[in-house]
Amino acid sequence: MLDLSYDAPTPKTIAGAKDDWELVIGMEVHAQVSSNAKLFSGASTKFGAEPNSHVAFVDSAMPGMLPVINEFCIEQAVRTGLGLKAEINLKSAFDRKNYFYPDLPQGYQISQLYHPIVGEGEVLVEMGDGTARNVRVERIHLEQDAGKSIHDMDPNMSFVDLNRTGVALMEIVSRPDIRGPEEAAAYLGKLRQILRYLGTCDGNMQNGSMRADVNVSVCRPGQYEKYQATQDFGHLGTRCEIKNMNSMRFIQMAIDVEARRQIAILEDGGEIVQETRLYDADKNETRSMRSKEEAHDYRYFPDPDLLPLEIEQGWVDDIGATLPELPDAKKARFINDFKLSDYDASVLTAEVENANYFEAVAKGRDGKMSANWVINELFGRLKKDEKTITDSPVNPTQLGGIIELISSDAISGKIAKDLFEIVYTEGGDPAEIVEARGMKQVTDTGAIEAAVDQIIADNPAQVEKAKQNPKLAGWFVGQVMKATGGKANPKAVNELVAKKLAD
Amino acid sequence: MSDLNKLTLADARDKMRAGEVTSVELTEACLSEIEGASALGAFVHNTPEIALEQAKAADVRIQAGNAPDMCGIPLGIKDLFCTKGVASQAASAILEGFKPEYESTVTQNLWDAGSVMLGKLNMDEFAMGSSNETSTYGNAVNPWRRTGDDTALTPGGSSGGSASAVAADLCLAATGTDTGGSIRQPAAFTGITGIKPTYGRVSRWGVVAFASSLDQAGPMTKTVRDSAIMLETMCSHDAKDSTSVDFAVPNFEAALTGDIRGKKIGIPKEYHMDGMPAEIEKLWADGTAMLKDAGAEIVDISLPHTKYALPAYYVIAPAEASSNLARYDGVRYGHRASLGKGDGITEMYEKTRAEGFGPEVQRRVMIGTYVLSAGFYDAYYNRARRVRTLIKKDFEDVFAAGVDAILTPATPSSAFGLGEMKDADPVKMYLNDVFTVTVNLAGLPGITVPTGLDAQGLPLGLQLIGRPWEEGDLLNSAYVLEQAAGFASKPAKWW
Repeated sequence: MLDLSYDAPTPKTIAGAKDDWELVIGMEVHAQVSSNAKLFSGASTKFGAEPNSHVAFVDSAMPGMLPVINEFCIEQAVRTGLGLKAEINLKSAFDRKNYFYPDLPQGYQISQLYHPIVGEGEVLVEMGDGTARNVRVERIHLEQDAGKSIHDMDPNMSFVDLNRTGVALMEIVSRPDIRGPEEAAAYLGKLRQILRYLGTCDGNMQNGSMRADVNVSVCRPGQYEKYQATQDFGHLGTRCEIKNMNSMRFIQMAIDVEARRQIAILEDGGEIVQETRLYDADKNETRSMRSKEEAHDYRYFPDPDLLPLEIEQGWVDDIGATLPELPDAKKARFINDFKLSDYDASVLTAEVENANYFEAVAKGRDGKMSANWVINELFGRLKKDEKTITDSPVNPTQLGGIIELISSDAISGKIAKDLFEIVYTEGGDPAEIVEARGMKQVTDTGAIEAAVDQIIADNPAQVEKAKQNPKLAGWFVGQVMKATGGKANPKAVNELVAKKLAD
Repeated sequence: MSDLNKLTLADARDKMRAGEVTSVELTEACLSEIEGASALGAFVHNTPEIALEQAKAADVRIQAGNAPDMCGIPLGIKDLFCTKGVASQAASAILEGFKPEYESTVTQNLWDAGSVMLGKLNMDEFAMGSSNETSTYGNAVNPWRRTGDDTALTPGGSSGGSASAVAADLCLAATGTDTGGSIRQPAAFTGITGIKPTYGRVSRWGVVAFASSLDQAGPMTKTVRDSAIMLETMCSHDAKDSTSVDFAVPNFEAALTGDIRGKKIGIPKEYHMDGMPAEIEKLWADGTAMLKDAGAEIVDISLPHTKYALPAYYVIAPAEASSNLARYDGVRYGHRASLGKGDGITEMYEKTRAEGFGPEVQRRVMIGTYVLSAGFYDAYYNRARRVRTLIKKDFEDVFAAGVDAILTPATPSSAFGLGEMKDADPVKMYLNDVFTVTVNLAGLPGITVPTGLDAQGLPLGLQLIGRPWEEGDLLNSAYVLEQAAGFASKPAKWW
C-alpha cells in the first residue's frame, strides 16, 4: 500500500478570559454489528419492526435461559479489528455489567471489560486541509445493546420495546488523542467510513447504529505533550463524559460548549467534577446526568454462562484474507493511479459504492476527467434529486460513454452536459443519442471557417475593436458557437477566429 | 400387584418390558400415594392429567418394543426445572403464577424417552438452603423419624421434596439439582442415592439458575442402578448451553460390573473434621473396609485446601446468584408489588423484590452484591476464585497420582429437626455442605449412597467423588459400596 503522509493538525485552542486552553478528547463509539441475528440469541436485528416482535426467551431473560454466542458477530468484530490495524486477542471473555433498568431484562449487560476481543489499533483522521491526526484505538469489545424505554406514550406508564435488547454492539474506545471538535467529528466520520467499507456496521447514525460517548477535558498548552511523553493522565484535566451522541454536528457543538463550561469553572478557581453529562441541543448546553459518587457500581464479573472465547490465528488470517481494500489504501491508489488530487480522491473514496462507480467509469479512460464528471455532474445531479449512487439512473458504462465522446472530440464539453441530462432523464446509449439527435461536434474546419468568415463579414466594427483589443475575440467565438448550434469544436473555432482577426 | 410405587426404576422397567405391569398402573399407584402424602409436603404442583396421558403413550411404545429404559417411569420433577405450561416457581413467591412457554432440556430428554411427570417437587427457594425450610410452599418433611420420636425432620435441601418423595415411594425417582450438595445431602438424609455429574455433563438450559458455574442437575433414586439408568437419559450435549460438553454419553448401567479390584480409593485426611460424630467416623471406616474387601486399594490422600472450600463457595455462589436473580424484577413475569402513589421504578423493584424473595435469598443476594462491589471484589470474589483453582488442583494432583475415587462422609450429621436451626447462625446451616461443596467447586462427579443408620435410626450416607467424565466408573464403585452395605431400611409410614 502507498503511504499517505500528513502533518498533524494544530490543536484547537479556546481563549478563556485569562488564558488559552487546549482540548483533549477521547471517544467511545458504539457501533451496531451488521448481523441478521443478535449477539446471544437467534432473534432478528431488523430495524423498525413492531415493538417486542424480535425477542427470544434469552432476550426477555426468562428463567433458565442461557446465552449462546453468535459466531458471525465475533467474525465481524475481528474483521473490524483487522480493519483498524489492531491486535486481535485470540483469547477474550465476557463479563456481566450489573445494573437495574426495565429495558435491561437480565439485570446485567454482557460485555467484555477484562478481556476484550480487540486490542490496540489506530485510525488516520484526515482533516481535509492536508493535515491528519493519528488517533489510537485502545480496544474494541463486544457487548449487548439494551432495549428502548418509552416514557412519552402515556402519562402514567412507561413502555419497553425489547427488539434492540441483545443486539451486538462493538464499543470502540479511543485514546485521548483527539484535539478539537472538528477532529472528533472527523474521527467518527472516518470510523464510520472504515466500518462501512468492512461491512461490519451500517453506520446509520439516525437509527442509532452508531452512537458516541465523548470524554472532554481541557488543559493549558504544553500539558498534553507531557501526557503524550509519559502517558500519565495526571498532566491532563479532569474529564466529563457526554453520553449518547448520534449527530456529528451536535458532537462538535457539545464539545465546544462543554470545553467552555470547564474553562469558565477553572478560570474562576473551581474544580471540574468527573461526571456523566447529557447534551441538550435546544439550549446548547450540557447537563449533569450523574456524578462520580452517584455512579453505578456495575459489579463486573466473568459471565459464568459463557466459556472464555478462544479463536485461532488461522481463522483470523482467513478473515484477514477477505478484507476489502480500505479507504486509506484506496485513496492512495486513486491519487497514484488516476493522478487525482487529495481532495477528489477523498470525495470519491468516502463511500465504497462511490469509489467502485468511479473506478468503473475511469477504467481505460482519463482519470481526472472521470473524477470531474463523477463528482461535479453525477454527484451534483444525484444530490439535487436526493438520490444516492446506488440508485443512479446513469450507470458507469453510460457515463464512460459520454466521457469517451468528449475525449474523441465527438462532442464538446457543453454538449456533453446536455447529453448527460438526456441520459440521466431518458436513459439510452450516449453514442446512439448523439448520432440520432445530430449532437456531434463539427470538426470540419471548412464549415467552421465559413461560419467565422460570415460573422467577421457581418461585423466590421467589432472586428476593428477586436484588432485593438485581442480579448474581444471571445465575442466572435461565442457568435460562431451560437451559429453552429454549439456543435462546433471550440478549439477549432478559437484558432480560426484568432487567425482571421490577425489577418 | 400391590405397592407398585415401591418398585425400583430398574425393576419397573423390566416388569413393563415383560408385560407384567403397565406404566398406567405404575402411574396410578404413584398418584394415589401422592394424594395420601400431603403431610410430607413433597409435591407442590400435581400434574395427574399429564402423567396419565404420558403413561398411556408410554405403554403404546413399550408394547411396540424397543422403548428406551426410562419409558413409562413415573417421576417427580424439582420445581427448579422449567416445564412447559406447568407452574415452575423455584419455590419462590417472586415466580408466583409463572408457567414457562418452554421445557428444560433435561426434562425434555426424559419425556422424549417416554418418562411420566407426576408433578413438581418442593425445594429450598432458588435452591438456596440445606433443609427445605426456605421454600415459599412451606417445607417438605423427611419420611424418616427418630426411633420413638415423632419430631418432624428435614429431608435436607435444596432438593428436599425430591428426596422426601423418593424415600417415601411417591415416585420411582426424581430430578434434583446440586450447586453445593443439594442432591447429595438430602439423598443422605433420606436414605436414597443421588449423583451430581461432572459439570457440563447435563444441560442447564431451562433450569432456573442459582450459581451458573456450580449448578448441575442429576437423578435422585432408590438405587445406584436406578441412578445410572436415569442419569444416562438426563445427559446430553446441548447447543443451547455453552457450558454443556460434547462428549459421548456412555451406557452407565453397563458400567455396573461390581468389580473394583485394583481400583485406588483415596481417603482424604482433611475430611476428618473436628467434632465429627463418632458414628460418622465409624460409617466412613466401615465403608472404607467394604471397598477394601471388594479388592480396592485404599490410600490416604491429602486435599490441602479443603478448609477454604466452604468460605470460597459462600462467596462465589452468592456472587453469581446476586446477578442471576436480578431478572426477577416484577417487570415481565411473576410477582409485582402493588405500588403506592408517587412510587417509581426504584420503588417497584424494591417492593417487588422485598416481597418476592425470602430472607435466605435476600441474604445471599446481599452477600453476592457485597463481594462483587468495587473495593471488595479482589478481597472476596477474586480470592475465592483463586481458592477454587487450588481446590481443583488438589483433586487433579490426587487423580494424577492414580486415585480412581475418593470416599468421604456425605454429611456431618443425620437429618435434623425442622425449625431446629431457626435461630442458629446461618453459617451453621452452611456447614451442612462442608463435604459436598468441594465437588461443585472442582466440577467433579459425586455420588452419595446410604450405608447405615445412626443410633436414632436415621439413615447416613457416604460420598464417592470420581474423576471428571468418569461417572460410569464412579457409579460402579458406588454400586459395590451399596451391595456391600446392603442398606435396605425404609421409613415407617406415618403420613
